[in-house]
Amino acid sequence: MNWKFGDNINTDLITPGRYNITTDPRELAKACFIEFRPEFSKQVKAGDFVIAGENFGCGSSRETAPVSLKYSDIRAVIAKSYARIFFRNAINLGLLCVIADTDGIDESDELELEVASQTLRNKTKGQDIKIQIPSMMLRLYQEGGIIPYLKKHGLSALGDLEKF
Amino acid sequence: MGQTLAEKIFSKHCGKTVHAGDFILADLDLVMAHDTTCAWALEPFYQIAKKVFDPKKIFIPFDHAFPSPSVAMSKLQSEIRKFAEEQGIPISFEGVCHQVMSERLINPGNLILGADSHSPTGGGVGALTIGVGSTDAAIAMATGKAWFRVPQTIRINITGRLPRGSYSKDVVLTVAREMGADGANYRVIEYGGETVEGFNVPARLTLTNMSAEMGAKAAIVAPDEQTRAYLQENDRLIEFEALRSDNDAHFERVLSFDVSSLKPMIACPPDIDNDVPVEDVQAYKVVVDQVFIGSCTNCRIDDLEVVYQMWKGRRLKEGLRIIVTPASRKVYMQALQRGYIEEFVKMGAVVSSPGCGPCLGRAGGVLYDNEVCVSTSNRNFEGRMGSPKARIYLASPATAAASALTGYITDPREFVN
Repeated sequence: MNWKFGDNINTDLITPGRYNITTDPRELAKACFIEFRPEFSKQVKAGDFVIAGENFGCGSSRETAPVSLKYSDIRAVIAKSYARIFFRNAINLGLLCVIADTDGIDESDELELEVASQTLRNKTKGQDIKIQIPSMMLRLYQEGGIIPYLKKHGLSALGDLEKF
Repeated sequence: MGQTLAEKIFSKHCGKTVHAGDFILADLDLVMAHDTTCAWALEPFYQIAKKVFDPKKIFIPFDHAFPSPSVAMSKLQSEIRKFAEEQGIPISFEGVCHQVMSERLINPGNLILGADSHSPTGGGVGALTIGVGSTDAAIAMATGKAWFRVPQTIRINITGRLPRGSYSKDVVLTVAREMGADGANYRVIEYGGETVEGFNVPARLTLTNMSAEMGAKAAIVAPDEQTRAYLQENDRLIEFEALRSDNDAHFERVLSFDVSSLKPMIACPPDIDNDVPVEDVQAYKVVVDQVFIGSCTNCRIDDLEVVYQMWKGRRLKEGLRIIVTPASRKVYMQALQRGYIEEFVKMGAVVSSPGCGPCLGRAGGVLYDNEVCVSTSNRNFEGRMGSPKARIYLASPATAAASALTGYITDPREFVN
């Protein structure tokens, strides 16, 4: 299913500061939307989508927000736009963040995302939705994040990111 | 084509002339990660490195939850301490990271990475100081480098002499109302104009700090004589290049604000761009439960001076919780020497040790359901300072001080001479 949110969903709504006192990503996933949408961490299933409007992830630089989403095992976040630090953290972590017009997506819609061909299909409504995944995000997602990428290719591979 | 100030600083740190849109790998002058973000940087750091690139260029302050309020936080801090000892990096307990860095470490023209969203603050000293997360901090600690897309610059010109009772916080809340919470996403905000030129660095730091709330990647004021005076006050007699944007530099947008009749402003919950004149809110007699005068936005000695002058010879509202947290050890010492702390404590305010505590609902002033707080900090999100049902109003130290006298949200002008 889809978990639909509005505009300006900030990092304090995703992982409130008071819960950011662990470095265990699975523990943190339990705090994902803990006060804003308490049923999220209990009911979220692998492959679900988080859907949002503009400026998703604004606020803090805390990586706890994208970590908690990644370890909730969602397939991707789909939002109209993202706040800069959140998006950068998501690139580094290999959390897929898709840019799309999300107005027409309902929570019960069945979505199918094909990363390689950059297509998003709303099967319930029979619509193809235009999406954008920046090439650097896509590449590092495929590598499992920037740390696995640097481990595999060496620290000098930092200079190759430009070519993505 | 000419370059913006930001483009010049990026160019100096990657060895080529760059413009907005270019992708670069840049050398960093300093990397900061604090007691919350550094904890998350350790595991990725050790995956890719054994030693930091230069321990002298890494700054680790314990400020977000210091002294530690819980066993869980103490565990994180002990992990960071172990890392810092291994790597030969001293840990700072001197107060809020951005304030301490501005006082001691940030030089004009620097490129600095901070694992904290309010990193743009340091731009008040004429540097590019950019916020990132823990993984970027880990890579930067290992390599001394970070990747960037050179951002567009939005130029903001402020003109006019501020009226009595209005300060740089009121200016930046006005800018935020116009820009919105994502109006500067991915951009650098460059502040200029006669009003900004007249502001000292502490007042400029409030402008750059709040720019994070508009999504800015960095915010900057061109270094000048005010910057030189600030560095001298902080015993740092360094020479610096008077970098500024070229006349033919490309700005994505140019906005101008005349502040000569600006009224004291307040950001109503739960959004930063929900700004109105304080007098409009005063009409509703909003009763306040807690006043917080602190944070990297507004708790420098100049701010405490405003508070002191307003409170002198008056009484604080009985029963109101009033927390004053000097931004750094240096500010604390200045306030002690000037007798402010003694006066505040005598009057019944709680003066706490320098740090972030209440601003992010960590410790030392966590709010309960339906409570109202007037805060000089930078975020009024739901749940930021505790219960998601609490309401946070953001304003200048003068407005916070006036509200502490009356017990409801109050325009400071009746108390400012």
